[in-house]
This record gives sequence, structure tokens and C-alpha cells, in this order.
Amino acid sequence: MTRERLVNAVILLGLLGTALGAWAMDAPYTITLATKVAILALAGVGLNIALGLGGLVSLGHAVFFGIGGYAMGILASHAQSYSPILTTPFVIEGTKSMPVIWLVAILASALAGLVIGALSLRTSGVYFIMITLAFGQMFFYFAISWPAYGGEDGLSIYVRNGFPGLNTLDPIQFFLICFVLLALGLGLTARLARSAFGLALTSARQNAARVQAVGISPYRLRLVAFMLSGMVTGLAGALYADLNRFVSPTMFSWQTSGEIMVFIILGGVGRLFGPVVGAAVFIVLEHVLGGLSEYWHIYLGALLLLVVLFARGGIIGLVAGREVAHD
Amino acid sequence: MTEPVLDIHGISKSFGAIEASRNVSLDLRPGEIHALIGPNGAGKSTLIAQIAGALAPDAGQVMLNGADVTALGTVERARLGLGRTFQISSLAMEHTVLQNAVLGALGERGGVFRFFRPIMSDPDLLRTARAALERVGLQDHERQRTADLSHGQRRQLEVAVALTLSPKVFLMDEPMAGLGAEGSQALTGLLDGLRTEAPILLVEHDMDAVFALADRISVLVYGEIIATGTPDEIRADARVREAYLGEEVA
Ligand SMILES: Nc1ncnc2c1ncn2[C@@H]1O[C@H](COP(=O)(O)OP(=O)(O)O)[C@@H](O)[C@H]1O
Ligand SMILES: [Mg+2]
Repeated sequence: MTRERLVNAVILLGLLGTALGAWAMDAPYTITLATKVAILALAGVGLNIALGLGGLVSLGHAVFFGIGGYAMGILASHAQSYSPILTTPFVIEGTKSMPVIWLVAILASALAGLVIGALSLRTSGVYFIMITLAFGQMFFYFAISWPAYGGEDGLSIYVRNGFPGLNTLDPIQFFLICFVLLALGLGLTARLARSAFGLALTSARQNAARVQAVGISPYRLRLVAFMLSGMVTGLAGALYADLNRFVSPTMFSWQTSGEIMVFIILGGVGRLFGPVVGAAVFIVLEHVLGGLSEYWHIYLGALLLLVVLFARGGIIGLVAGREVAHD
Repeated sequence: MTEPVLDIHGISKSFGAIEASRNVSLDLRPGEIHALIGPNGAGKSTLIAQIAGALAPDAGQVMLNGADVTALGTVERARLGLGRTFQISSLAMEHTVLQNAVLGALGERGGVFRFFRPIMSDPDLLRTARAALERVGLQDHERQRTADLSHGQRRQLEVAVALTLSPKVFLMDEPMAGLGAEGSQALTGLLDGLRTEAPILLVEHDMDAVFALADRISVLVYGEIIATGTPDEIRADARVREAYLGEEVA
């Protein structure tokens, strides 16, 4: 077992242990914090496919987070008001079933990823960052100006959506759902990194001309990576909405995109568990320092600065050392 | 006469006032090594880039096995069998030597959009990759990070990746540069045998290697081919001597 794997196992067990400990001590608020970490980490795991493996600096991943959130909000709000989403040409009913909501969130994110990716991946560098940012703003203002789904105020869902066989209102059970999805996301990303696709994608990040010279199109690799990345972040968005039982245009905001990226940079770009550590540090800081001062972002900024200047591999890099090439 | 595998007609390319290719025509026949020589800045790399599809010519045509590929990009031309090595090593530097070779084997075999199976335990790709590494003498370095290789070893890996592609044509831009005497000799031996697998368009500064290997030589000066012929003809060509070779080969 490499050192990084050991560190990863400790992180995952630490998150699980925190939630289970809080459950044993009857501290539901701590369970909610752990759930938030798991969900935000999953959003970061998604972005890490584009950013870490593909080298695609997307400042628009809030689009997917928001799409996931609104997939939940729209489906559940129709279900709670017993009004179908669509009556012509055929009837589409809302739903309170998590698996169905997740599926819709993932598919809608894939579609958005295809369209946004197809347009923005024709550019690179700063232009790519700007185009993804612009798409994020488009979705943000669209959500604000859409009164049917709450506009600026967002949508409240009164009862958390259901999962067959579980009581999702019980914090620890909802945590476990999110935790399992996070673990699944991490596992799939690890497989992806070692697959044929992963080798080609990471090679294209390092040297696109090399990949072209062996007859592989970097554009198609990046487009698929962007879609996969958005699908995972979209799923996280649906969970986040269910955690809060609330969605609002904030989920689409560029600050949200920035925060997801901050998780990755704090934890370590391209490191499998980077987003988990980053999200955990973020939530702990928000919780601890946020109670002391509303300007806690100053300390976050200082930490980010330190990491960028002195620990390019992020916190994971600091603890587990330089990344070893997969074999 | 046998049909040329690669046939270039009237290629011209300017960068502003610099005419990097002036009405260049040359061909590459089955089984031959055709060397392209010329002073620095003559336009050799620019020509290779246009043949590989990385750069669009202002005028002219590139024919591969009788088909016009001028409108195709690098990826399509690579798929049609153009195997290129770069003058400046162009590799995935954070990956291992073996991973770079496996990437080549993957490009050749296809099946990039597979997301689950670990590629570094795919026996077919590993066999192809290891065979190529062995031919260039890198078999003992497969687990090394490419960034940690010496300059000469990177040159060898460039060639190895091209080998994994089993191309129909090799385009090699100064593969010997920085190899040292021993390395150049080994690579000369390898290229000598390689021509029967696929013809080679070889840009090279090492004149010993060029005259040892080439069936034909073209001389490029200021973007223009001033002579094409057998090594003996080129050695005897007055214009070539004046323009380029000087006393070096006298
Ligand atoms: N992308 C480019 N933009 C402008 N000038 C270029 C470019 N590429 C090459 N050149 C110029 O074209 C000429 C030929 O360069 P090159 O093909 O690299 O020569 P060689 O490989 O024979 O040394 C040089 O004068 C070089 O400066
Ligand atoms: Mg050159």
C-alpha cells in the first residue's frame, strides 16, 4: 500500500467515523456538517475529472451543481403540489424518489456538459476559463428570471425525498447515502484514471501534440471528460438540494464554481482525495472561524495562498508526497 | 517504377516575409530512406509539420498511398499511417516510459473510450510497447518517469512511440540529435533495418548517419529543394557543396 492510499483510507474512515461518532453522541448538527462535506467533496470529485485529469480549468461547474439542484427542486416541487411538469404532448409527473431525481440530474448534466463542452473546448487557457464562467452566469440569471421555479427566492421542498428502504429524514441514514455515493464516485474516478481513457486524457493534458501524433483527438477526450465531470458534480447538486431541502440560483453562482475549485486546490489538484480533504477543511473553517467572524474568508484566502505558494500538491501532496505514476 | 507511399507536390508556406517552403515536391518510395538535409532554418521542420498535418500549407498537396490528405488534420493522418517523431521531444513528461509507449500502442489499436479496465495490465498493448522499447534500448527504463530521462533517452523514446504505431511512413525530425556517438550508431542500425517495415523521411544533421543510411537525399536551402539524388550524386553536386555541404564531405 502506498503512502497516499493509506492517507486516503484515513480520510475516508475519518469522515465516516465523525458521522458515526456524532450519531452515537446524538449530535445531529455534526452529522449534517459531515454530510455537507461528503456532498461538496463529491462535487469536487466531479470537477477533478476535468481539472485534475484533463487540465481543464472550468470556472463554470456551478452549472452542473445548479442543474442537479434544480432537477431535484423541479421534480420534487411538482410532486408536492400534485401538478404534472408537462401535460402535452405527454404527461410527466414530478417525483419524490431520490434515485429517479439523481438519474435526471446526471442526464441533464451530461447534456449540458455536451453543449457547453462542445462550444468552450474549441478554446483553451484564459478563454476557456472565461467561456465556462460566462455559461455559469447565463444559468444563474436564467434561474433568477424564472418565476415558475421561485426566481430569485428559490424553491423550498418540505420533506426530504425518499430512498427505497431507508428513512432519509434520519440524518445518519442520509449521511450514509451521500457517503456511499462519494465512495462510489472516488472508486470510479480511480478506475477512470487508470483506464485507456484516463491514460489518453492525462497525456493530452501534458502534451496534446503527442496524443494527436498517435492518432487520438484531444478534443473528443476532453469533451467526454467534461461531460463525465459535470455528471458527477450534477449528482452532488441534487444531494445538496436534498440536504437543505432548498434550491436557489446561488447554486449556479460563480462563487459556487470558485468554492468547488478551492476544495481541489486546497486538497491537491489531480489527487484522488484532494476534494475530500479540501471540502472538509473548508467546512471546518467555515464552522469554526465563521462563528468568530463573518470575515472568515480572509483566513481561507491566507490558507489558499500558503498552499499555492508552498504546497503545490495541496494538503494531500504535503502529507503523502509527490504523486507516483500509476502502473 | 513502384508507386510512392508519400508524394508531396508544390508545397509552399510563408510566415510573413519568411518563405519556409517554396514549391517543394518530393516523394518517398517503398523500402527507402529519403534524407532531407539543409542548414538550420532551411524549413525542414516546417515541411515535416505540413506533411504530418500540424501546419496547413499555403499551396500544394500531400498524397499518402495515392489519397489526397491535404485537408486532413494530424489525428486523421496519424490514423492513416503517418508515424512522426518530433525534433523537440514531445512526450507526456509526467508519465512513465512504458506509459508513453502504451499510449502509442493504444492509438494504433484504438479503443480509447474504455473507462474501467486498467490499461497498464492490457497484455496486447504491453507486448507492443515493450517490443518497441526493447528495439530502441530502453527496456530497462520502462518504470522511469519520462521527465527523469536524459535528453538522449527521450529521443529514443520518441522513436519507440513511433514504432508502436506500426506506421506506413515514418517522419523523423532529427532523431539522432543529442544521442552521442554510441547512441547514434545504435539508432543508425535500427533505422537501417526499419526501412523494410516502412519507408522513412529522415531529417538529420548527422552526416555520417545520413550518408550511411539514405537511399536518396534531398537538400533544402531557404525553403527550396536545390537537389535530390543518391548520396553519390549529392556529394558530387556543385550547388550543394557551395550552398551547404562545404568541405565537410569532400
Ligand atoms: N510558426 C512559425 N512562425 C514564424 N516563423 C516560423 C515558424 N516556424 C518556423 N518559422 C521560420 O521558418 C523558417 C524555417 O524553420 P524550420 O522549419 O524550423 O527550419 P529547420 O527545421 O530546417 O531548421 C525559420 O526561419 C523559422 O524561423
Ligand atoms: Mg528543424
